[in-house]
Amino acid sequence: MGEARYQAVIGLECHVQLQTRSKIFSGSSAAFGAPPNTEIDPVCLGLPGVLPVLNRRAVELALRLALATGCQIRTRSRFARKHYFYPDLPKGFQISQYEEPLAERGAVEFRFGDEHKRIRLTRIHLEEDAGKNLHAPGGAGVSLVDFNRAGVPLAEVVSEPDLRSAAEAGEYLRALRQLVRYLGISDGNMEEGSLRCDANVSLQPLGAHQYGTKAELKNMNSFKFVEEAIDFEIERQQRLLERGGRVVQETRLWDSEKKVSHAMRSKEEAHDYRYFPEPDLPPLVVSDQWVSRLRRELPELPLARRARFARAHGLPDYDAGVLTAERELADYFEAALGGGAPPKKVANWIMTELLAHPDGTQRVAPEALGELVGLIEQGTLSGKMAKDVFAKMFASGQTARAIVEREGLTQVSDAAALEAACRAAVDKNPKQAQQYRAGKTQLLGFFVGQVMKATQGKANPALVNEILKRMLA
Amino acid sequence: MNLCERSASELSALIARRQVSAREVTRAHLDRIATLDRELGCYLLVDQAGALARAEQIDGLIARGLDPGPLAGVPVALKDIFVTRGIETTCASRILKGWRPPYEGTPSHRLREAGAVLLGKLNMDEFAMGSSNENSGFGPVRNPWNRAYVPGGSSGGSAAAVAAGLCAAALGTDTGGSIRQPAALCGVVGLKPTYGRVSRYGVVAFASSLDQVGPLCRTVEDAALLLEVIAGPDPRDATSIAEPVPRYRDALGQGVAGLRLGIPKEYFVAGIEAEVEQAVRAAIRKLESLGARAVEVSLPHTEYGIAAYYILATAEASSNLARYDGVRFGHRAERPVDLLDMYCRTRAEGFGPEVKRRIMLGTYVLRAGYYEAYYGKAQKVRTLIRRDFARAFEQCDLIVTPTSPVAGFALGERTEDPLAMYLADVFTIACNLAGLPGLSLPCGMHGRLPIGLQLIGRPLDEATLFRAAGAYQAATDWHTRRPALG
Amino acid sequence: MPITRKELEEIALLARLALSEAEIDLYTRQLGDILGYIEKLRSLDTEGVEATTHAVPMDCTLREDELGERLPVEDALRAAPRRAENFFEVPRIIAAHDEE
Repeated sequence: MGEARYQAVIGLECHVQLQTRSKIFSGSSAAFGAPPNTEIDPVCLGLPGVLPVLNRRAVELALRLALATGCQIRTRSRFARKHYFYPDLPKGFQISQYEEPLAERGAVEFRFGDEHKRIRLTRIHLEEDAGKNLHAPGGAGVSLVDFNRAGVPLAEVVSEPDLRSAAEAGEYLRALRQLVRYLGISDGNMEEGSLRCDANVSLQPLGAHQYGTKAELKNMNSFKFVEEAIDFEIERQQRLLERGGRVVQETRLWDSEKKVSHAMRSKEEAHDYRYFPEPDLPPLVVSDQWVSRLRRELPELPLARRARFARAHGLPDYDAGVLTAERELADYFEAALGGGAPPKKVANWIMTELLAHPDGTQRVAPEALGELVGLIEQGTLSGKMAKDVFAKMFASGQTARAIVEREGLTQVSDAAALEAACRAAVDKNPKQAQQYRAGKTQLLGFFVGQVMKATQGKANPALVNEILKRMLA
Repeated sequence: MNLCERSASELSALIARRQVSAREVTRAHLDRIATLDRELGCYLLVDQAGALARAEQIDGLIARGLDPGPLAGVPVALKDIFVTRGIETTCASRILKGWRPPYEGTPSHRLREAGAVLLGKLNMDEFAMGSSNENSGFGPVRNPWNRAYVPGGSSGGSAAAVAAGLCAAALGTDTGGSIRQPAALCGVVGLKPTYGRVSRYGVVAFASSLDQVGPLCRTVEDAALLLEVIAGPDPRDATSIAEPVPRYRDALGQGVAGLRLGIPKEYFVAGIEAEVEQAVRAAIRKLESLGARAVEVSLPHTEYGIAAYYILATAEASSNLARYDGVRFGHRAERPVDLLDMYCRTRAEGFGPEVKRRIMLGTYVLRAGYYEAYYGKAQKVRTLIRRDFARAFEQCDLIVTPTSPVAGFALGERTEDPLAMYLADVFTIACNLAGLPGLSLPCGMHGRLPIGLQLIGRPLDEATLFRAAGAYQAATDWHTRRPALG
Repeated sequence: MPITRKELEEIALLARLALSEAEIDLYTRQLGDILGYIEKLRSLDTEGVEATTHAVPMDCTLREDELGERLPVEDALRAAPRRAENFFEVPRIIAAHDEE
């Protein structure tokens, strides 16, 4: 990029769809994917005469996020109307929060390479989602509107402009996704739209005190697109400034196919949302008791759990990171330790064998995995056999012990039996024995193979090695 | 007996005792509507078949010894602002012509559950914006006492229908006086309960923080009965008050001994018709003769009420009416060039001039940069007005004023001057700003035109209103007068 | 002049109301009169006075997260001025407000 004269300054504004059963202000379903206009009611359709009533669970889920990010919770927060005309916005206004939001001044923390990043949050507030517009196929000059999504609860999470690169922004977004999944408040799916992100990007001349003019980026529905769009914007602004131009405050839409952004052609004036307090909803009161209970019920958060895994289970940081990426996996790992199997070995099995399959954790119960590792540790099962047993566990859902017993796969470690098998292998292959004694020590493998064949793979390889070496010496 | 001259309470008793059938009562009212309403314009829709069917159903239940409810068989009508499932609801606006709601609102539901028979939907000022019922998209309503005069508004159809005996009782809404003022001009009883006393679910919103549902009827007893039926918390309305509903009818006979009547000096200034002032002062003396005591009080911020109201109400209205956009229901302009054209022409074609005026005024005051100067300011004035009343209520139990500064005005008299029209609300508006209950009842005549007395009470103290109004009606006969109709 | 003709046109656009030239003139005058009247509030001292949003003090009642009555598709679409199968149809949306 040439001499770095500018620093990128990035803030993200994210919308998290909260996983409630019903909508934020009415009783139709908040579920994703229903046929068009089948999950609506008079309130979310904005019919004349309807009124909003706030869903307690939506407040709870947003509060969980606020607590997990260390925000200050407002005891009395207010709703406000945000006005604009658009077909997917039934009432012509969105019920949101403006001057007195639910929570303020928290932070999202995450690892960025070797660094620990703490990105401050300006606010978290509740609002309702709008419906969806679809363009009719064939460019027929019409658009189609589906109101299923109208009224689904959203938590809007606004960060301070503390991010400094596209990659960092991507990590922030991933951390937020991880957090909402850990908290069980959202599935954080960018492709399906349960996690959305707009970015504000500006360039600050190095050494300057003021931020530069920011552009708003929209229409990025994956982590990759977010990073690409931000990189593109940084470069665009850089080139503009170097040419002596000025950055205009505007909204730009990302085109993920052409990999460019376009300023939104807007026939309309700049948005004047004409905010005022929502008269149909009295102030939301969040009591200290409610907050205390929710705080007690918070699960261990990702960073803390990662650190504890490393510390308490003696795992390398990388392993701890993989195992705590998803709460379900971390829970799985800890359940697998129940039988006393060594954590590092369990971790390896999960990371190499289990995660190779998308539904691995569904097919093999954590206790069963733990048992398998335990059997290897005890010497009951050889490492090689274990892989086959695992495959059988995966396919049948049976436990390792059951499979081992049924198929008689118990590793042979009995010294006498192994001695006999080794003696037989050496006697049957005098030529190779002679070659070995003459110096071709790599032939040990051949003899081990013979013993394995004779014992259907059940011989304890370490012992076999020991015995053969002695016999061939 | 003339069934159309009876109060709702009387009819309810007659029907329950089987001295007359619900069907007869309904039939009588439907016939009277057919005879008289062409000249008055009270009804936008008469549901003859539905009403007769319901009346027969009620008769059937009574015959089987069952109790269909305190309003069993009573023929009522609803201002067309109430959402009725399957029955056209227009708010007297072309933008909702033909809209048949797919759901039922709470007030109409509660009336039905109490056994009332719905005769139809009543004319009103479009979207409840007006004080004369001349802003209807479907023609004005005429005052039954003098057809050249307005019935008041915005619940003009409701007040006129009750006065003319075209229904035994009606429901209206009151945002700045829209129940009380037409009740005064039509010589009937009109009640605006405390804000939040009656659910607003299924009531098309004009100004959400000011709108309230209430009855228009012949007697104070009817008002108490109707309020008992419609009041009470509703899980579908987050602004409905949880307080239980008392038996308001118990208050009617309690008399006014010891009751202190506050007479606000700011309400008796130049601008009131002499006859109105005389009638109201006579009414106050009447109440004193019954045992009440009049004290002078002051509501110093009275003169700022209209200005504050027209900022708050229009701002909320501009917001509430944004949903009328031609997308999901109602009128849509033909062959729109694009989306913007669809919005702009749909709304221009569908809304009348007063609605447009208020939407634009409301949009103006909410603009970025103007909020503090207008809306923010008006909200503070609202606080000052509330405080005025709170202070006044330390010295009195009830505030007594004229409902309207004039006994009436002619059709067309104020239509060219919106501001003059707004000033008609000067005595009623403060009640909405402060959320207080207010009741208007007849207390005199100016020639052929009735004069209304307004009683204002403390929040949730409708009982005291009923006490005073009940005592007054027991000792006078203004409420028994009827307009001379064909 | 409390409100100019140009301002009124801006307001009309914000409020999505198509007005004729004659209407613009009329409403500019009428709104001007009303705004002129409203100016009287300016002289009132409201320093330190808190705003009233809800005239009768009340706290927000919450509802439980349960599924309530759903509107059948047909009921929802019956009143649609234009529909295409189970969608509401509108003229093509070009300039996106919030393109998802």
